Amino acid sequence: MAQTTVEIAPSKPRALPLTWLGVVPFMIFALMFLILPAGYLIIGAFQTPDGSFTLQNIANLNQPTIIKAYRLSIAISAASAFGGALLGFLLAYAVVLGNLPRWIRPTMMTFSGVASNFAGVPLAFAFLATLGRSGLVTALITSIFGINIYRYGFNLLSFAGLTITYLYFQIPLMILIMTPAIDGLKREWREASAILGASTWQYWRMIAFPILWPSLLGSFLLLFANAFGAIATAYALTGSSLNIITILLFAQIRGDVLHDPHLGYALALGMILITGLSNGAYIWLRSRSERWVR
Amino acid sequence: MRARIGPWIAIIVGMIYFLVPLIATFEFSLRMKRGEYSFEAYRIVLGDPNFQASFTYSALIAVAAIIFGVLLVVPTAYVVQLKLPRLRPLVEFITLLPLVIPAIVLVFGYLRMYNSSSWIPLTNSVRGTDFLLTCAYVTLALPYMYRAVDTGLRAIDVRTLTEAAQSLGSSWPRILFQVILPNVRVAVLSGAFLTFAIVIGEFTMASLLNRPAFGPYLQLIGANRAYEPAALAIIAFIITWACMGLIQLFGGGRQNAARR
Repeated sequence: MAQTTVEIAPSKPRALPLTWLGVVPFMIFALMFLILPAGYLIIGAFQTPDGSFTLQNIANLNQPTIIKAYRLSIAISAASAFGGALLGFLLAYAVVLGNLPRWIRPTMMTFSGVASNFAGVPLAFAFLATLGRSGLVTALITSIFGINIYRYGFNLLSFAGLTITYLYFQIPLMILIMTPAIDGLKREWREASAILGASTWQYWRMIAFPILWPSLLGSFLLLFANAFGAIATAYALTGSSLNIITILLFAQIRGDVLHDPHLGYALALGMILITGLSNGAYIWLRSRSERWVR
Repeated sequence: MRARIGPWIAIIVGMIYFLVPLIATFEFSLRMKRGEYSFEAYRIVLGDPNFQASFTYSALIAVAAIIFGVLLVVPTAYVVQLKLPRLRPLVEFITLLPLVIPAIVLVFGYLRMYNSSSWIPLTNSVRGTDFLLTCAYVTLALPYMYRAVDTGLRAIDVRTLTEAAQSLGSSWPRILFQVILPNVRVAVLSGAFLTFAIVIGEFTMASLLNRPAFGPYLQLIGANRAYEPAALAIIAFIITWACMGLIQLFGGGRQNAARR
């Protein structure tokens, strides 16, 4: 009996190669395709063309075109994140707590999964066909109300137009993130507060909102970063005419429009900082909110 | 409790916002022939050799990225789960990085690091650039693929399965590919379809790496044609829907089974 069990032992030393095989390729991949490329740009942002240290590239970001591009990008991202967070929250709330027919929730969740991934170039096409100059909704408004929205200053290729378009993937993303959080609001909390005489308003202000706010703020930041890094929709809608930061960087990579490759690195550094901060805050807030949402 | 009016208003307004662009796009895509509705735009798009070539190319790169991604992520998630839980925060942080660094910034870095005058001149050859694009897509999909596989591994008893296979004399490759992988195949499949949905119409990376992928093709048609883009948007929407539907189909049955 003892002699047969000895055979298990030799498999032990072979554990080491597997551990290496599992972790080393992943780390090499992460270095080659995530950390080093980003590091290259970050270091390049602080270098002169001959390789010595400088802050001039960062200072050179202070040009009207670049400042305007950052501003417009931040404005569109913030507006679409705020709108997406608000409307997505209302829809998630309606789906979870609205006592609607049962089929609505799974339909909504499936659709949100699709729509949050329906971004990029095709989304631009869809909105051109809807709210473009010869779009269906534009034509309907003209024929029903006799108002041509384009004559009143609306333009799909603008801040407002891009924000409305971005909402198409921002709202569903918010629904996907917030539904589990709203699910986590326990019925007992509501009942307990009602027994203690709280009104609906008091319940929301003193119980539900304090529990949900990390999720809400965190989702807003995630949506913000999501819109900030987006380019394909805007590019397909407007070509290179809209001056947002991703399109400026795209043009810079294509043809060095800023006439200074190191200024391009500084541009990229600015983007990493902005998306990094908002994503970092999202991850921190999510870990806070997970204490309640189980 | 009764259903109040507020939730209904929210749902109806939401439905209008989400459905109207789809209806408008579909209606627009049918208007190619003057005075009648027809599928002319679809016929032209589907018959376009460039459509077929770019779609096939993107589908191939997507499949390559899925295979590469699975081979990269499954052993890592497995080892982290079983042997090196200390590494979990680091690995999770790395898998979140593609959400932090915008795609356009990543590809900018690739173009600087792997250009013709660098140590690894991947962009010198067509095959090299294809490989670079595949790796770029593995990176883009990394957060989703890792999350999916990790969730799958947590749902099964990795340790017992491994020890059982070990005591029956399995080699490590065999444990990974014939014991662990089949047990997380639902998770792997949902990661795979999500990867496909993300990658198939991707524009920025393919365009900057100058590869004839579906995303740049879409953009080109959008800049030059009127009705075909609407037809393409509907086709893209159906592809995305199919990917999500397949995830639900494979994942849904399992979730229900687990709940019971």
